[in-house]
Amino acid sequence: MNKSASKDKRRKLVDATMRRYGHSTYALIETLHTVQEAYGYLDDDNLKYVSDALRVPLSKIYGVATFYHFFTLKPQGEHTAVLCTGTACYIKGVPAILSAIRDNFGVEDGDTTEDNKLSMLTARCIGSCGLAPAMVLDGEIAGQVTPEIVVDRIGRMIQNDT
Amino acid sequence: MTPEEFKKIGEAHQKKREGFEYNINVCTAAACVSLQSEKVKEALTKQVKEQEKKDVCRVSGTGCLGLCASGPLVTINNSQALYGGVKPDDAPDIVKNINKKPVKRLQIPDDMPFFAHQTKMALEHCGKTDPEVIGDYLALEGYEALYNCLTTMEPVKVIDTMVKSGLRGRGGGGYPVGLKWSTVHKAVGVKKFVICNADEGDPGAFMDRSMLESDPHSIVEGMAIAGYAVGASHGYVYIRGEYPLAIKRLRSAIKQAERQNFLGKNICGTPFSFDVEIRLGAGAFVCGEETALIASIEGKRGTPRPRPPYPAEYGLWGHPTLINNVETFANISPIVRKGADYFASIGTERSKGTKVFALAGSINNTGLIEVPMGITLREIVFEIGGGILGGKKFKAVQTGGPSGGCIPDEYLDMKVDYESLAQVGSIMGSGGMIVMDETSCMVDVAKYFMDFCRSESCGKCAPCRVGTAQMHNLLTMISEGRATMYDMELLEELCDVVRNTSLCGLGQTAANPVLSTIRFFRDEYLAHINDKKCPAGVCAIEHKEEAVL
Repeated sequence: MNKSASKDKRRKLVDATMRRYGHSTYALIETLHTVQEAYGYLDDDNLKYVSDALRVPLSKIYGVATFYHFFTLKPQGEHTAVLCTGTACYIKGVPAILSAIRDNFGVEDGDTTEDNKLSMLTARCIGSCGLAPAMVLDGEIAGQVTPEIVVDRIGRMIQNDT
Repeated sequence: MTPEEFKKIGEAHQKKREGFEYNINVCTAAACVSLQSEKVKEALTKQVKEQEKKDVCRVSGTGCLGLCASGPLVTINNSQALYGGVKPDDAPDIVKNINKKPVKRLQIPDDMPFFAHQTKMALEHCGKTDPEVIGDYLALEGYEALYNCLTTMEPVKVIDTMVKSGLRGRGGGGYPVGLKWSTVHKAVGVKKFVICNADEGDPGAFMDRSMLESDPHSIVEGMAIAGYAVGASHGYVYIRGEYPLAIKRLRSAIKQAERQNFLGKNICGTPFSFDVEIRLGAGAFVCGEETALIASIEGKRGTPRPRPPYPAEYGLWGHPTLINNVETFANISPIVRKGADYFASIGTERSKGTKVFALAGSINNTGLIEVPMGITLREIVFEIGGGILGGKKFKAVQTGGPSGGCIPDEYLDMKVDYESLAQVGSIMGSGGMIVMDETSCMVDVAKYFMDFCRSESCGKCAPCRVGTAQMHNLLTMISEGRATMYDMELLEELCDVVRNTSLCGLGQTAANPVLSTIRFFRDEYLAHINDKKCPAGVCAIEHKEEAVL
């Protein structure tokens, strides 16, 4: 571990979480939440760091990190689009939206585009069934979407920073 | 704190509200927030200022008003007027007409069946209070039930009240709450825990989320009462990490309750101490199963273990643990306040009280409803729900998520309670209710749920891990028109094996969507197999054949 990394502000957040739970092994999932919130994903460096600090074998941490859908071991693109695939959304046309995204942006579920602009994810259910089909675009919920609306909004979202 | 003191706080808030002639409430639960209700609230506040009505109008946020389909919702004095589909640009009109006739184009008649057929118990405060202000909750007899329990009732008497009320677990299984509480109460242990299961994993269910966003204090109060009854001093809320707004509101509710000494050491000056901590789930459906949930709180992979021993005897870190669902806890304080007899007077013989349902799918009035047990499905779908979207034909209603089944129209007049739903091969579940019309293919729906179970299976036991994958394969073959009658037999046999040999509820109920669709929509399966046709036109059979040619 080099010095600059240990002084990293984000690392302090991780330390704070572990300290709050007295560095017990029970703190693992909470700590992983903090790592992902601070860094965007669970990177190898941090997993090793957490492993040392909590005295949990790396293999076990890997097991936990891959068990839960919320955690990701891959860095995310600049923008994220999360499509809800809950029952209400599914019967209101999720398959068509998925293929529209695939055709227009070339990403499958769980992938990031080559230019690192867009990450495409699906969620089991975001609990906005009243708005089905629903999507979360960069943290904002978009309800009652159609393939056309989705393609348009993602397109604008990506273009905004260029 | 004495009851006089907290009544004072409540009354002060009540006065503050009553000091204004018009209280404008804007729904700030997730569904409305995603339709920009925060902006509507801002615009209304601005208009009140501009039109110089600051002395008579007060704008505040409130919990879920239920009719999510017409969001964002705004009410004036709770019942004077209800507006739906409000945009920030509508704010001037609303404020201008506040002392005149309601704005017609936005108004939703409040005598519509959606509201008239409901009985509010767990949701009694939703839409009436600001979920982020404890004073609002106190003004509506909040925390009085806890205080009364602590000062006038022995723990055994509290449990007795629950037994008398007939309340059953609202998470899906329907285990009697009083019985569970008394098992934990009797269990021997130095330490005991209370866990609130808010890991709402069913796709198509959003009751727990709405309750936590709209009335977090009632859940905190319910947990504290439970803690007192079973002798626990520590509680956990295991909540989905995907619900940021609910987490935020619950956090603030816990903090406020601690500040007013409704949580913490020596609550309200009594010897009883109780605190509540939040644990974030990380997206695993199986963690709704109690032993898996416990493993997850302990920081491990959320895999279930065989029961017995039940968590009531050997739970979190080996201590006796009480696990109930969000809605169950939300029912506790109303039962204590209104009495077990009142609660037991609602509902059917074996299913007492009310049930919250999340109504979604192909239906006009999607949203959150609370109805007495024993109501018919027809009333829910056609009166409260306002019928099928776009005038299409009703096909089935799905209850219980991936563990439940699809109920066809011949059972629409069936009474909704735990037993009746089980009889038709479905379950009550946590309360997701998804209505499907003629454009849904039942084979496709079964395949969808099996795909869900397959990916959510934790992999610990073979029947569930391998069985769900194989069932999904068979369903895919049927939906693509590649199956024979032999595959159909195999599927039914496999359902039986997985149901009887799986370790936990996930596997034991995974076959339900398949079995119930085979039972009621066998002709659709046969059409896929024999005629290579999808009656609803969902499965791409022709498409496949063309590709082969």
